[in-house]
Amino acid sequence: MIEIIAYILLGIGAFCAIVGSIGIVRFPDVYNRIHANTVVVVGGAIVMLLGASVLEGLSSYTLKILIIAFFIFLTNPVSAHAIARAAHKSGVKLWRRSVVDKLEEEKP
Amino acid sequence: MILEVLIIIFCACLICALRAALGPTAPDRVVAIDALVVLMISALVLLGVYYRAPIYLDVALVYAFLAFLGTLAIAKYLEGRGIET
Repeated sequence: MIEIIAYILLGIGAFCAIVGSIGIVRFPDVYNRIHANTVVVVGGAIVMLLGASVLEGLSSYTLKILIIAFFIFLTNPVSAHAIARAAHKSGVKLWRRSVVDKLEEEKP
Repeated sequence: MILEVLIIIFCACLICALRAALGPTAPDRVVAIDALVVLMISALVLLGVYYRAPIYLDVALVYAFLAFLGTLAIAKYLEGRGIET
């Protein structure tokens, strides 16, 4: 029973990883690609780490895997925000069919 | 099962590396390499579970921390360059 749950979690993680990677290649500009990057991290990697920890049972591995998952879960929004802000400040254009840019309107 | 998941992760890494090689601007490459690093961390953890070797988990933890610092450093560099020019 435990192994079935772990394999289901690993399958969901692998599916989200491959779908997010295709999204990183296919999306039109940087800001959409950051969205696909979040799919890879939260839907792919963290679910796979949870599946690995469930597969491992209760041991010293489980604590380390959960620490890694929590660390990735904390640091991914920070790095995504920093990259988006840096891209906007260094003058990367939005996709031509994007409709709103609040940060551009905020500029004096 | 773990080996099939590792093969799928390898295919996803190849697709991310394609975007990192093609990307027209620098933030594209940074985003692609960030996703690639996270996929490699999950591959390291799965290898550690498969081979019963806890050293892989320590390597994955340090790798996650260094990748986060590297992404923040590159973001800071890009932001500064945008202000100068």
